[in-house]
Amino acid sequence: MNTVFALATVVIKELYRRKDFYVLFVMTAVITLVMGSVSFFNDPKIVRYLKEICLLLIWISALVIAIGTTARQIPAERENRTIFPLLAKPVTRGQVVAGKFAGCWLACALALLMFYVFFCVISGTREGNWSLLQNFQAFWLQCAMVGVVVALVLLGSVIFTAPSSNATISFVVVIGILLLGRHLNQVALHQPEPLRTLVYTIYFLIPHLEWYDVRDFVIYDQGAIAWVDCLLATLYAAVYATLLLFATWLVFRRKPLNL
Amino acid sequence: MDTILETKNLRVEFKAQGSRQGKKIAVNDLNLKVYAGEVFGFLGPNGAGKTTTMNVLLGFVNATAGDAFLFGVNVREPIARQRIGYLPELTYYYKFLTAEELLRFYARIFRIPSAETEKRIDELLKLVELEHARKRPIKTYSKGMQQRVGLAQALINDPDLLILDEPTSGLDPLGRMKVREIIQRLKNEGKTVFFSSHELGEVETVCDRVAIINQGQLKVEGRVADLVEQYQANLEMIFLKIIGYDVQIPMAPGPSATTLREQHTPKMQQTTALHS
Repeated sequence: MNTVFALATVVIKELYRRKDFYVLFVMTAVITLVMGSVSFFNDPKIVRYLKEICLLLIWISALVIAIGTTARQIPAERENRTIFPLLAKPVTRGQVVAGKFAGCWLACALALLMFYVFFCVISGTREGNWSLLQNFQAFWLQCAMVGVVVALVLLGSVIFTAPSSNATISFVVVIGILLLGRHLNQVALHQPEPLRTLVYTIYFLIPHLEWYDVRDFVIYDQGAIAWVDCLLATLYAAVYATLLLFATWLVFRRKPLNL
Repeated sequence: MDTILETKNLRVEFKAQGSRQGKKIAVNDLNLKVYAGEVFGFLGPNGAGKTTTMNVLLGFVNATAGDAFLFGVNVREPIARQRIGYLPELTYYYKFLTAEELLRFYARIFRIPSAETEKRIDELLKLVELEHARKRPIKTYSKGMQQRVGLAQALINDPDLLILDEPTSGLDPLGRMKVREIIQRLKNEGKTVFFSSHELGEVETVCDRVAIINQGQLKVEGRVADLVEQYQANLEMIFLKIIGYDVQIPMAPGPSATTLREQHTPKMQQTTALHS
């Protein structure tokens, strides 16, 4: 675990020394604050729109940070040849995969924490209702979802050579799952065989990331989610992340280190 | 004398790219032994199989046949790398880290206690003359400084065996001299150094023994002094002869030429002409 944490620390340092995170955070903050400073039609419920915009920006930023940070990790190690001195030490390729995952996931969780603190402050001061439990659950579930996304992108990074192609493909897949994932079973019902079986197979194989999108609960104050549901969702994400990391290790252990 | 590094009938085959031959033999039945405390030069032309052999020793590539051992432990076991330091050729370390952060990271991998880590970082940065730049990000370093920080990371665990892949490649004469001084110093401290280099003058200066490989096969192995005595030539001439180049030196206008043996005499300072 010591090696995994050492590797994770380097990834976290990389994130906070790069400008990506700060740009996204400042952009989210500025857009939210500008939106919050104007009053449309004197509508007292305008704060809901503000919350919706802020949460949408947080979701987009989290995906950009997660995919952007993870996609370049292993390719950069190979391109800069830092993988050689690293693996020349008592470090296994499995530990490299685990360390990169831990680092990217923790870095994204830290970034998300900052975003959610900002969201809490904005919604709390504007609405007078801090809804800490709801916000924490939204944060936690998004962290779980980001874990699956990070593992998925890490798998892509050992399959695709260029980080840019991996990032693009991963982004399309994740957005596709988020937008279409919940409708695939209905689509399957209207298809002839064998397409129906194929669509159903995809429906049951893909990680249903859309389950972690609880923005409506937060925006419309629908109360806290049952803890057992949060736990099951966390376990579901953990199983998918583990399977994806195992697949990453299987590919990476036979991968030549030179690009 | 303890054997630190050993290869037994080592064979590495790769799929040949862009040809129908099927496979390329990168290393062919290589048998090497490196003993404790010696500086061993591993020589060969480009593509001879030096880096592939090092890659097997470091566990980056699996041997097709045969075995390799470090300190008697098969290199397939990660623990075999606990007591080694490795400096790869032309590596760009994590640019966003400073030299001391980089060394701290590698020390953590070796589970070196914090107090000991800080002591070693101070010593190593002094050794490689990077104390003044210890808090600067590596991205601001020159090539020579990057190579020296690489040498420092290779020494962070106080290794008993150092594997250096062309440590002076791309360095200016001053940089090369500094790296050579460090190798000499490590030799005096009783460390075992296994390194590849194309700078044969430097190899002749610092190495106790050398091995020359060509097309994956071991051609010559022995003490530098013995080889010089045997071939009556300097290491560069021996190397060229062994890899199949006929060294000829034009003596005067006309077709006459000296042989390798003649070239070694002091009065021969003329330009050498190499003919394959």
